[in-house]
Amino acid sequence: MHDQQTSRGLRRAHEDPVWVRRTLIVGAVGTMAALVGVPLVNVFVEAFAAGPGAYWDSLVNDPDTFHSILLTLMVAPVAVGLNLVFGLAAAWAIARFRFRGRAFLTALIDLPFTVSPVVVGLFLLLLFGRQGFFGPWLQAHDVKIVFAFPGLVIATAFVTFPVVARELIPVMEALGAEEEIAAVSLGARGWQLLRRITLPNIKWALLYGVILSNARAMGEFGAVFVVSGHIAGKTDTMPLRIEKLFQEYNLPGSFAVASVLAMLALVTLGVKTALEWKTRRELAEGKRLRAAGGER
Amino acid sequence: MIDVNRRVLPGFGLSLGYTIFYMSLVVVVPIVAGILKAADLSLADFWHAVSSERAIAAYTLTVGASLASALVNVVLGALVAWVLVRYEFPLKGLLDSLVDFPFALPTAVAGLVFSSLFVQNGWYGRFLVPLGIEGAYSRLGIVIVLVFIGFPFVVRTLQPVLEGLQRDVEEAAACLGASRLQTVVRVTLPAILPAVITGFALAFARSLGEYGSVVFISGNMPFRTEIAPVLVVNRLEEFAYTEAAAIAIVLLTISFAALFLINLLERWMARYHA
Repeated sequence: MHDQQTSRGLRRAHEDPVWVRRTLIVGAVGTMAALVGVPLVNVFVEAFAAGPGAYWDSLVNDPDTFHSILLTLMVAPVAVGLNLVFGLAAAWAIARFRFRGRAFLTALIDLPFTVSPVVVGLFLLLLFGRQGFFGPWLQAHDVKIVFAFPGLVIATAFVTFPVVARELIPVMEALGAEEEIAAVSLGARGWQLLRRITLPNIKWALLYGVILSNARAMGEFGAVFVVSGHIAGKTDTMPLRIEKLFQEYNLPGSFAVASVLAMLALVTLGVKTALEWKTRRELAEGKRLRAAGGER
Repeated sequence: MIDVNRRVLPGFGLSLGYTIFYMSLVVVVPIVAGILKAADLSLADFWHAVSSERAIAAYTLTVGASLASALVNVVLGALVAWVLVRYEFPLKGLLDSLVDFPFALPTAVAGLVFSSLFVQNGWYGRFLVPLGIEGAYSRLGIVIVLVFIGFPFVVRTLQPVLEGLQRDVEEAAACLGASRLQTVVRVTLPAILPAVITGFALAFARSLGEYGSVVFISGNMPFRTEIAPVLVVNRLEEFAYTEAAAIAIVLLTISFAALFLINLLERWMARYHA
């Protein structure tokens, strides 16, 4: 009796009263609804305001918009591919070896997250633009980088390059090198090691890194805005097209393009949630097996 | 173990070499080029370019709006993180996934949507504008989109720390006679404070460079709603390349200072938790 009272008193002291709990939950759900939920619904409502026919029209039958979609579909995979190779190399070097300057290199990888995309674009312009350092040489050899496809790729790659590496490094550090060392001692060579041991171990983190960096690449605005020269039907990617239609007061068209990118964001989140769920289950499974005395 | 790895595992030279090569090509070379370009200006011209009244108004607005939005995010982020870690309620998993939405949504889409929500006949504007609250084409609008952009940082920094807190510490405080409020303020809050500060700094640093979303909602009026990245673009469109580079260098310096501070904070936090 006395015991029960104490424990109830204890619980009251480390658990919040019901009214506090309810108020905080309502506050948090309200915040998320106002900040994320309503804007998300708004994108699709505005996009479909004039009906699905008009929606389809503004995406496919507007040649400049259609071109921007194709361009984004070409720029993003190249940038993601570059990120992927870089991410694997950087994660292998940083998570598997200790060397002088390792902390500095890790900090440097985060750099694009802090540098304003506009500044990135400007610096690329100063490098490759007509008045830039390589400008005269590029012009003499008739190579176009800014206001053309290569510039869009470089700008996108700069802004998104840490994404894959940042997903991989913590996972590879947590995994440790034991399996790889064992494989090497059993005679595995470089590519064999990568293909048979490392890649299967990190596949989910790698997949998420690729998907996230793809979402970032398709949505990149600031850096691409500066280096593209916004030539409609030529160098406008989807986000740039959104801005141009907005400036032309073509809101339905603008929202139609925006809704496609919003769907991409939703898919990205869906994949992330599914992968997290999967990883948690695999972890639990491993724990269960170990507890049962079995070797994994 | 450290030296064993390098002797045993292959690919050290190749992977490190490629990492350094790629980063120099994509990151270091453009930044050096920008700094060299700004160095074309004499010191007096540089000072003139970066200290014009319009530029100073832009820096002040950028830093001020970033600080304001990061502060709002500390409150909202702490609320959401607390609720997600401590309470059970329906659709909690969905709420948790949606926290990352601002990371995944292109900034241009965010800017477009928020400006359309806050204009006079928008979903929010029709209630707020009659009350005199102008969310679109105002400084308030800039803070609002920056809150959206920086929101996940505070939640995602706080969540693991809150999950790792030992409940028995709070129980001990209760046993020793502390009220619930005293426990939260004197025991829980100090333990999560470093994470709160890190989340704040990350949201702040992210907001400093934001361009895509702000350009839609701010109206970009010089001296009033023009942030520093927008000023860089405007100078560029006037073909004032060196001046644009000079302002960009100032912006870059502010970002680096913020990054440096975050690194110090993280180191301090690691020691605090050790």
